Amino acid sequence: MSGFGKVTGFLSRFASRRTAEEEAEPVPTRIEPELVVPSKALKKFVAFLRMRTSPTLLDLGSVVGANIEYFGEQLGCRIFIGDIFADLDRFQRDHKLPELPAFLETRFPQEPESVDGILCWDLFDFLDKPSACVVAEHLMRVLRPNGALFGFFATSHPAEARFTKFIVADDSNLRHRPYSTPRMRRAVMQNRDIIKLFEGLRVSDSFLLHTNVREILFRRPDYLSKP
Amino acid sequence: MWKRDENVRPTAGREVPVPASQTGSPAAPVARGPELEGRRQMDAKDVVNIGKSIVVKGELFGSEDLTIEGQVEGKIELKDHVLTIGPHGRIKAEVFAKAVVVLGEVRGNIIASEKVDIHDNGTVEGNIVAPRVAIAEGAQFRGSVDMQRKPEAPNAPEAKKPEAPKALEIKPAAPASVGTKS
Repeated sequence: MSGFGKVTGFLSRFASRRTAEEEAEPVPTRIEPELVVPSKALKKFVAFLRMRTSPTLLDLGSVVGANIEYFGEQLGCRIFIGDIFADLDRFQRDHKLPELPAFLETRFPQEPESVDGILCWDLFDFLDKPSACVVAEHLMRVLRPNGALFGFFATSHPAEARFTKFIVADDSNLRHRPYSTPRMRRAVMQNRDIIKLFEGLRVSDSFLLHTNVREILFRRPDYLSKP
Repeated sequence: MWKRDENVRPTAGREVPVPASQTGSPAAPVARGPELEGRRQMDAKDVVNIGKSIVVKGELFGSEDLTIEGQVEGKIELKDHVLTIGPHGRIKAEVFAKAVVVLGEVRGNIIASEKVDIHDNGTVEGNIVAPRVAIAEGAQFRGSVDMQRKPEAPNAPEAKKPEAPKALEIKPAAPASVGTKS
């Protein structure tokens, strides 16, 4: 082998090692820009809360200071922060997702019929069926008669989805801020599956947005209240 | 005959300028305006600091602003003053104060008559009752926030307030255990 060949061979070893190292490194997560998305159901949800005096709100999303200020100062709410996404993330990282339904059984300490409004955001897009059933059952338990539940349900199945913080900009606009926890979405729920999941509630309003997301507002009928 | 050295005069009410090399900040100005100096003196006088190595178990009452960098377990009551939980502060207590600023960790309920402010590295596990709550991006919080507007009773007779303690007072839990971390 010529001297030049030796040098290039020697360098190529480094080059190949470098490539392997690069492959081993975690791919930097692409931070998507924050979007302002109009919401039709949010307006109705907020209008409903405004009618109640000192309502109680359960937010299953991660803690967002702006939302607490909005609901707390403008509506005088008492807000429970659930942050089920953090639990979901933790269980996935620890490879303990089969244990998630049992854990979720303990995550709703609220009294039955004690909550006026529930913000689910897009939580059910990320839950497997057993976990979704547990959460839905508890939400129906804690929701007051005439109470409202607000959720998003995707209609398409992207290869990869990130958790999103939904920040209330005003009564009819939400800022979507993705954050860098990659996670595969499960199969998209059909309308009938969603209705079946929340069998005790009735669909008050349903909107298909330009972003191909269904916004659904559920209400708990009066007749389901305890005698 | 003997002229007293200016440097050894008592410095009551005046701050001794510290050289930049001692403060650790190269850009620390030696000469300060009288306004800033006065404010610093006021702050130094009014804020009590519980240092990193201090562990308090029991009840803590006071009538001045307090910064906690150590650990407190039990109850903290600073009804008309500001409580700051510093970045190293670890609190496992019920907290009552006018305003609470959290940069460290709090496990327990917080009741503030004015505001609760959780900074980006702050953690709170418990329920918050306050008319204003600010939670920064990145802060960790688990519990409930109650900002309900309490109706004011216009003709209600004003209850006689108990006399506030004059200074910081620590009521140790039985058995008393105020000490330093090992």
